[in-house]
Amino acid sequence: MINFDNVTKVYPNQSRPALESVNIAVAKGEFVFLVGPSGSGKSTFLRLVLKEERPSEGRIHVAGRDLARLTNWKVPYLRRRIGCVFQDFRLLPNKNVYQNVAFALEVIGKHRRFIRKIVPEVIDLVGLEGKHDRMPDELSGGEQQRVAMARAFVNRPMILLADEPTGNIDPATSIGIMKVLDRINRTGTTVVMATHDAAIVDSMRKRVIELEYGKVVRDQSRGVYGQAY
Amino acid sequence: MRSQFVLSEIWIGLRRNLTMTMALIVVVAISLSLLGTGLLFVKQVDRTRTYWQGKVELSIYLCVKTSPEPACQQNGPSTAAQRAAIDKQLASMPQVQTVYYVSQQEAYSEFRQDFSNEPALVQDTQEGDIPDSFEVKLKNPEADYSIVSSAVSGAAGVETVVDEMTILDKFYKLLDGARNAVVIIALILIVAAILLVANTIRLSAFNRRRETSIMRLVGASNFYIQLPFLLEGTIAGLIGWAISAGLLVAVKSLMLDSLDQYFSFNVGLSVGDLIEVILISMVIAVLLCGVTSFLTLRRYLRV
Repeated sequence: MINFDNVTKVYPNQSRPALESVNIAVAKGEFVFLVGPSGSGKSTFLRLVLKEERPSEGRIHVAGRDLARLTNWKVPYLRRRIGCVFQDFRLLPNKNVYQNVAFALEVIGKHRRFIRKIVPEVIDLVGLEGKHDRMPDELSGGEQQRVAMARAFVNRPMILLADEPTGNIDPATSIGIMKVLDRINRTGTTVVMATHDAAIVDSMRKRVIELEYGKVVRDQSRGVYGQAY
Repeated sequence: MRSQFVLSEIWIGLRRNLTMTMALIVVVAISLSLLGTGLLFVKQVDRTRTYWQGKVELSIYLCVKTSPEPACQQNGPSTAAQRAAIDKQLASMPQVQTVYYVSQQEAYSEFRQDFSNEPALVQDTQEGDIPDSFEVKLKNPEADYSIVSSAVSGAAGVETVVDEMTILDKFYKLLDGARNAVVIIALILIVAAILLVANTIRLSAFNRRRETSIMRLVGASNFYIQLPFLLEGTIAGLIGWAISAGLLVAVKSLMLDSLDQYFSFNVGLSVGDLIEVILISMVIAVLLCGVTSFLTLRRYLRV
């Protein structure tokens, strides 16, 4: 689903590469944790998958497509197959829960009838039944992140990228968020989650890829956050 | 494509940016109406020029009893023989295209018609006060004027030779100057309008950076992201154009048409001319706003 083949990324005006000769293969339906300290290259990895950045060297395949050969005007169609969740939720403050989720479908030109059918289903899936009309500032952090996940998932993407989704949320609420991610993963969606949260990684027992200074230092199935010797 | 969604986005953009949008509309309206006025002036001058080009270029006025010129005072009114001599001379000159003799009688009736709104003047003037004349049309007015003029100006019975073009030139210069001033101001305002469009779109893009970043993220096509902004600029431009169209109608009916009242001949602009100018300014409005919005977006909405 995601294939990094010897990928190096050097940002302009920086000597040290953000990613250096990275080889990662993520299969369809996998759940992968991406761990490592700040500046280790986790965000660069996610940005490369979205083709928000181009690699300096190496090849990237996402959902069967060679990103180097993907023309600019086709990038939006790639992004329709990838859902994104962030630490800061990125909801639209002047739209309610339903409108925020529906927005993702409206802007790719989906039919009104389809939107009216699918959006409530997804809102229920993330556990926000009966909160369609709430505005983001009336919701807790955990609930806001659930809205963001509903928005990311509403178009049934093949891949869900989560950049520290529990970073702004207390541990108890984080468990609920992880349950939603797990539920999404069980529908066959590949999930890649960058995180600092050791407790979550340890409890989930999923594949862990650890980055340090832009290099893969560990790739372990059913791993934990810290080094397991 | 969901038109309702696009329309609501445009409405949100215009409303959030209200002050800038209004400034934009006003500047577009003023610059387009000035440009349109310039175009109307151009048409008016062309129309007047064409009218006069079909007319006389040289008038040779003959002596009458009341002529103040010393030559006429000495020799008295022109005689039939003198007139025949002048006519013959003019007809023999290769530069002359046509010659038309206006008798005193004709001149007097023309005079009465031209000054019909000043009855006192007409009453004081009798037939014979208005000199008869040869109205000469030249083949090449610019080059031949001085040749023909000097050939007949000393002849017996001639009072004065008047070049109609020199009189009209002053009028043309006035019109041309007014037109140039209007067009220059209009061009400066159009530059201001372009900068305002760019700024409005930039502000609009900034105001909606959250929406557009999410649109990018969920895979909205560039066209879908940019369309509300493009239409926003274009709609503001079209509103400005509509206002300028109203102003142009006013300019024509109040200014140019009242100017035409001073002429006894009809050189007024038709409704068709006005519509043509208004359509031209619409094309300019759409291009100005659409193209500027598009170029601005390419800078501020990088995908």
